[in-house]
Amino acid sequence: MEFFIQQVINGLTLGGLYALIALGYTMVYGIIQLINFAHGEFFAAGGYMGVILLSFLAAHGYMETHPWFCLFGALLLTMGYCAMLAMAVEKVAYKPLRYASRLSVLLSALGMSIFLQNGLMLTQGVYDKAYPTEFTHGGLDFGLITFSYMQILIVAVTIALLLGLNALVFRTRIGTAMRATAQDKVMSSLVGINSNRIISTTFAIGAALAAAAGIMIGLYYGSVRYDMGFVPGIKAFAAAVLGGIGNITGAMVGGLIIGMVEIFAAGYLSSEYKDVWAFIILIAVLYFMPTGIMGENVDDTRV
Amino acid sequence: MTGTATPILELRDVVTCYGRIQALKGVSLSVMPGEIVTIIGANGAGKSTTLMTICGITPPQSGAVFYQGQRISGLSPDLLPSRGLCQVPEGRRIFPRLTVRENLEMGAFFRRDKDGVQRDLEHVFSLFPVLRERRRQRGGTLSGGEQQMLAIGRALMGRPRMLLLDEPSLGLAPLIVRHIFSIIERINKQEGVTILLVEQNANLALQLASRAYVMETGRVTMEDDARALLANEAIKKAYLGE
Ligand SMILES: Nc1ncnc2c1ncn2[C@@H]1O[C@H](COP(=O)(O)OP(=O)(O)OP(=O)(O)O)[C@@H](O)[C@H]1O
Ligand SMILES: [Mg+2]
Repeated sequence: MEFFIQQVINGLTLGGLYALIALGYTMVYGIIQLINFAHGEFFAAGGYMGVILLSFLAAHGYMETHPWFCLFGALLLTMGYCAMLAMAVEKVAYKPLRYASRLSVLLSALGMSIFLQNGLMLTQGVYDKAYPTEFTHGGLDFGLITFSYMQILIVAVTIALLLGLNALVFRTRIGTAMRATAQDKVMSSLVGINSNRIISTTFAIGAALAAAAGIMIGLYYGSVRYDMGFVPGIKAFAAAVLGGIGNITGAMVGGLIIGMVEIFAAGYLSSEYKDVWAFIILIAVLYFMPTGIMGENVDDTRV
Repeated sequence: MTGTATPILELRDVVTCYGRIQALKGVSLSVMPGEIVTIIGANGAGKSTTLMTICGITPPQSGAVFYQGQRISGLSPDLLPSRGLCQVPEGRRIFPRLTVRENLEMGAFFRRDKDGVQRDLEHVFSLFPVLRERRRQRGGTLSGGEQQMLAIGRALMGRPRMLLLDEPSLGLAPLIVRHIFSIIERINKQEGVTILLVEQNANLALQLASRAYVMETGRVTMEDDARALLANEAIKKAYLGE
């Protein structure tokens, strides 16, 4: 029983992180019908920016004195950095192809992914980089189950970001303009919405969420590597497809399901195959219900 | 022509293409402030293209569009609503998954005066009470007539000085058409909004407008007072179904 509950917690933690990444895929798809293959690299960039900032803070002793304050600061800076990176990528690799065929943009995205991953490898090296996690040990003990503070932090930040995004997209003027642009670009420009700016903002938000996931994965597993964007990127993509690509609530639910399945399969079946499940789900969804669980008519929260 | 000497809107020899197809082959027309001008013509004559060219969606290949004395052709379309130039496009183009209220709010996207927007929202609700009832409903679930009211209401939320309307009567029952036309007249008379109206229903349009242009395959073939065109034998035969 304890094992089960512990697995649920782990599944929620991991699933929440997948959800954060999946949102970037789904939002960008919703607005320009592009599967942004470079999206996983924003996650990796976030993981690296996090380790660079936190190592710097640790080296100067701030991690020892104010560990949680440092974590939040690094989180915000990393999100901001990746948001700008994504806007630059969009401007360079996608905007010039706005009226080109979908295949051209897709290829450009693939190229961008390779470029960013290699950039990370060349500047940061091929070896794992360790997060300074020794200052944030400890946790809450409930008898046989323990929540590490880090896990609590990750879950809390994830929930806050997911709620914040929902509020942004469905309650604010900019969020409404994002949805309007996704639904009809000609009409949205006829009411005065600058679609380029909206598209750029969408990339920025998606990348900021992925960056938050990147730094939190780094903290969770204790290290990052230059190619860390690939596998979680595909799993999050599977989550977005599972939820119904373009659907925001779908991406969140899809992420949680993929995370849960992965943790439970690893815990009760075999951890050797833990990366396989997302692919199996992806293929099954594409085969049996390509519109996903939240597709078209169920609780329509498409952008 | 009536009113002041400078037109609020002027097209000079506008040519617009879709790929290699010339949809507008040198269109010139002008609208004076406060007027209701209509463009009539058969399917495919280039009426909608004219409105989309004015708004910068399909920029002209040659020629120019002037609005309030300034050249607007070449400007990005999203800059025009804040200058008071708004369009109710063909097919209404309601944002289907935004609520009625959100659709209206998007009409005022560029505006920063929250109180003014709120007042205009009330004004639109008073013009079209059904929209108030439906304000939480998704735009895509409205009936055709309600969507047309919403499309007009959305354009009014931008406080236009000039409104371009593309076939507001399309597919609507006569009673609803009459209601919508009475609202258009009211917008023009009471709020002083200049109107350029594209219509298939030439009879109604010519009764409402002061002047009219007739378009055929990308060209303006006739221009006259609306009343004169109503009495014109050729027009009667071709467009008024008599
Ligand atoms: N997106 C497009 N791509 C290619 N050709 C187009 C496009 N839109 C319009 N056309 C062509 O341009 C010409 C003018 O079309 P337009 O829609 O302006 O006509 P219209 O007068 O509004 O007709 P209707 O009364 O049917 O609405 C037509 O021949 C049409 O086929
Ligand atoms: Mg038309």
